[in-house]
Amino acid sequence: MKKLEIVIKPERLELLKAILEEADATGVMISNVMGYGNQKGITALYRGTRYTVNFLPKVKVTTITDDLKAEKLIEQICSQLPQGEAGDGKIFVTDIADVIRIRTGERGEKAL
Amino acid sequence: MVFVEDLTMTVETLARNADILWTLIAAILVFFMQAGFAMVETGFTRAKNAGNIIMKNTMDFAVGSLLFLLVGYGIMFGDKFMGLFGTTGFIDPTTIGDSYFIFFQTVFAATAATIVSGAMAERTKFKSYLIYSAVITLIIYPIVGAWTWGGGWLSSLGFHDFAGSTVVHSVGGWAALMGTIVLGPRIGKFGPNKRPNAIPGHSLTLGALGVFILWFGWFGFNPGSTVALVPEIGDIAMTTNLAAAAGGVSAMFISWFKFKKPDVGLTLNGVLGGLVAITAGTAAVSNIGAIIIGLIAGLIIVFGAWLLENVFHIDDPVGAVPVHLMNGVFGTLAVGLFAIPENFGGTAAGLFYGGGLSLLGSQLIGVLSVGVWTSLTAGILFLILKKTVGLRVSPAEELEGLDLREHGSESYPDFMVKG
Repeated sequence: MKKLEIVIKPERLELLKAILEEADATGVMISNVMGYGNQKGITALYRGTRYTVNFLPKVKVTTITDDLKAEKLIEQICSQLPQGEAGDGKIFVTDIADVIRIRTGERGEKAL
Repeated sequence: MVFVEDLTMTVETLARNADILWTLIAAILVFFMQAGFAMVETGFTRAKNAGNIIMKNTMDFAVGSLLFLLVGYGIMFGDKFMGLFGTTGFIDPTTIGDSYFIFFQTVFAATAATIVSGAMAERTKFKSYLIYSAVITLIIYPIVGAWTWGGGWLSSLGFHDFAGSTVVHSVGGWAALMGTIVLGPRIGKFGPNKRPNAIPGHSLTLGALGVFILWFGWFGFNPGSTVALVPEIGDIAMTTNLAAAAGGVSAMFISWFKFKKPDVGLTLNGVLGGLVAITAGTAAVSNIGAIIIGLIAGLIIVFGAWLLENVFHIDDPVGAVPVHLMNGVFGTLAVGLFAIPENFGGTAAGLFYGGGLSLLGSQLIGVLSVGVWTSLTAGILFLILKKTVGLRVSPAEELEGLDLREHGSESYPDFMVKG
């Protein structure tokens, strides 16, 4: 099983949700994060003083899936989401040791 | 049979009651400016200090109302000793004035007091602030009021400050300047080589709401200062609005030119600057005069704010000093330039209307004497507070936020993770 952490621009969230639904992802967690990768930051203005905002608002979507679905998702995301500039985001993949459904005690892929 | 005397008395009573009604409504509008100040100050500061700002604003008015009744009004309007301060009307000022007028004066006094909380925001000990707030409504403001609206020595010199550019706004402004100097800047405001860092406020929308509420309340502040239902209230409302509008437009274009983008905060401050600047001459100047005053006020805002941060390295979180002090002084002096003779019964006029330098001279004396009095008393008070109970919170408190440390509360608990 794989954990996919997908960091994207907030305005691409609707598109990503559609992809996840289509691929039948069984669970999704979303958090607002601030960050930057190669996109760097922007210069803002407040009462006449300029300041650099290094941290840009992003959305991190986390989902745990089986290995097959994970590959399908990655393929779909990479074909539909990009807009062609730095800031399109990244997907981080980690292995999940185990998943437990709290209600029944089931473990492993059955618990997804 | 109806006698002419009866009719005359009835008409007189009606006219007087109309005066009272108008003055009271105006006073209520000015009261609502407290909400305006509260929103401007919380909007331009950080969320972790929002509750503290609210407490300071609420107490400015509550404590001020009580102390002004007991002492302040008497100092301002009691029988004068040498044209300097009143000696009657304490504890129960209704012995020397009517309630509607006392109430009207109270809301003005409270306006002066609440100006300072913005400049001293985010790092002042609450109890020290309470003490300062008591003193300004108890003595500092009423003495200035005594010299002017109370019929004291400045008014005898021909000093003209219709609704309070000096009496209210510069008093708040000087005290704000003293406070922010004695306090020092917020942690993180100035970088290694004194370069100013922006500490953005947590809600530009609250700040804007505050500005609009102040603008709204100013239509009581200025036209209400006639204390009578007279045709002039329309002209006064006009000059008030024109100066506000011109101030906003001017600040916007100047910030656009200087920073390549129209700055929201400076534009909002520009409106307030225009309002403060017109407050002295609102009954004395023409519509064109009001517009010019507003345009200059906007310029003062942008450059004043820049000067404070980049040259003097003074941290004024909400712009209280450029808005209230600099434009309070400018607006007062502007009367000496733009006052129309018709509005003075022909006895005085501004420099641009053939009045020479005499009115300008009186205005300057007023500005300077009030400046010296207020800076000295406020400055000494803040220094005493610093040496005794302490004026500033500890660095740990300042970083954590005053809401939690001073009031044990969280202003936006829903946005926090609850444990």
